[in-house]
Amino acid sequence: MTAPPISLTHRRPISERIIERLLFAAAALGVLTTLGIVAVLAFETFEFFLEVSPIEFFTGTRWSALIKPQSWGVLALVSGTVLVATIALVIAIPLGLLAAVLLAEYATPRVRNVVKPILETIAGVPTIVLGFFGLNFIAPQVLRPLLGPDNIGVFSALSGGIVVGILITPLIASISEDAMRAVPRGMREGAYAMGATKFEVIRKVVFPAALSGIMASIILAMSRAIGETMAVVLTVGTKPQLTFDPTESVQTMTAFIVQISIGETAQGSIEYKSLFAVGATLFLLTFVLNLLSGWVVRRFRTAY
Amino acid sequence: MAAATPAARPATRFEPALMRRKLSGTVFYGACLAAIGLLLLTLVALLVDVFVRAAPWLDVDFLTGVPSSRPARAGILPAMVGTFEIGLIVGAVTFPIGVAAAIYLAEYAADSRLNRLLQTNISNLAGVPSIIYGILGLAVFVRALALGPTILSAALTLSLLILPVVIIASIEALKAVPQAQREGAYALGASRWQMVRRSVLPAAAPGIMTGIILAMARAIGEAAPLILIGAFTFVTFLPNPIEGQYTVLPIQIYGWATRPQADFQGISAAAIVVVLGLMLVLNGLALVVRARLSRHIQW
Repeated sequence: MTAPPISLTHRRPISERIIERLLFAAAALGVLTTLGIVAVLAFETFEFFLEVSPIEFFTGTRWSALIKPQSWGVLALVSGTVLVATIALVIAIPLGLLAAVLLAEYATPRVRNVVKPILETIAGVPTIVLGFFGLNFIAPQVLRPLLGPDNIGVFSALSGGIVVGILITPLIASISEDAMRAVPRGMREGAYAMGATKFEVIRKVVFPAALSGIMASIILAMSRAIGETMAVVLTVGTKPQLTFDPTESVQTMTAFIVQISIGETAQGSIEYKSLFAVGATLFLLTFVLNLLSGWVVRRFRTAY
Repeated sequence: MAAATPAARPATRFEPALMRRKLSGTVFYGACLAAIGLLLLTLVALLVDVFVRAAPWLDVDFLTGVPSSRPARAGILPAMVGTFEIGLIVGAVTFPIGVAAAIYLAEYAADSRLNRLLQTNISNLAGVPSIIYGILGLAVFVRALALGPTILSAALTLSLLILPVVIIASIEALKAVPQAQREGAYALGASRWQMVRRSVLPAAAPGIMTGIILAMARAIGEAAPLILIGAFTFVTFLPNPIEGQYTVLPIQIYGWATRPQADFQGISAAAIVVVLGLMLVLNGLALVVRARLSRHIQW
């Protein structure tokens, strides 16, 4: 063992190293995107807070950007967003979970092969189409005849909540179904052996075992609902107000950003900067929800 | 411990109550069916409503015409051209970058802190609302890089939006390739890049291409970020990719849908039918590409 080992390619060829660098650069572009988002939002939001006090922004309840006297209480927009997202979740959680149970526990492979693509179709429909559906069908042909035209207008948080609910149902269904199917067969069989009925197996074995995935799907759906734009902008109206009445017209954070972008707003004006402040609020809210969803999966995952 | 007690219990303590338990199960199954039924019904209602509204307006003039203040003369050619141009640019940008990033994360990256950060960052980006990407695109592409509110800015913004989706789908596809495929290539003396390029990539191609096509479908249907990139305009000419105003199908749908007159809702519905048709074509394309590329894969 005296002779040094003959190096075939002791160093990797230069081309290999260049390729790895290039691939790394592509992967790192994502970090650049994140930094870009944070920098842009932070910079313009800071400018905004030079003119409007953060206290007024975060505690005020009246939002009026385009009509004088201006008022910058973002809670009016946040409450509209939360109201719409809550209605959407009230619809999507039961619908999505029941659909997931059907697909994971009851459906034969043949039924699943038909139903699953249909759910994916709903998930793939551009959200503007659902907005159109809310504006032209849900509000005038379902809600107004049902609740009475005096009680609910063309634009309402309820109408927006329903279309967003339709939109996020497939998301909950698909992730929850995966979580339920990942529960090992043996656990179900154990429960059957103890004399449990199918419903009891689902309720007391499958559901608790899949809970981390189910919770993650719900949080992700909440984040989607909060960030949803085009389905909401056509259905909820343009009236920012702090209300919990679903029949009222409201404005969400996303709908406000659209309204400002469409209007003739000069760059550098306070209205223009408010767009970034609202965007930053929206970004933080969804970011926290996304982190929470990842944390829930890691924290409550039970490996079998 | 407690094992001795059951025998001592009176026999009547355990009531199977099977009828009741089975009944609640049946009710639950009924609820599941009702949920799926409601979803299907909603989808059918949506399609029927849109098609009924669209039917009177869908003709060749609509497909080849330009927007007009008179619904009867309005068409969607500029919006269609805008959508195609954006789709092409988005595909050309996201394909190389997305696949390269996925290759790095799936095949090269060691389990280091930095690489975990890259991975986490990409899944977080996938959850950022699309309108936030619009704000980023407005500040970076339109203003800072001075590309202006053009097709190019819009396409770059949408590329950033769907890149995380493309990367995640491609990573899944790469991870589905069996380890033996890699070892086989190494055994023949391949370098890492040769192994990836000649052995793993072809095997993962069906999954990667499907992911990219579906992500492009998402980009084409997306409207929110483009409102910030100035797509909301009245365009009666065919858009040029790098300068001048433009519009795309989803924005055109939105513009018409905000008009109260029933005729505008009608042409809006007609444009929706065109978009849905485009989605159908892309989904079909994904299926075909998948089938063709997986012909030679066998394991």
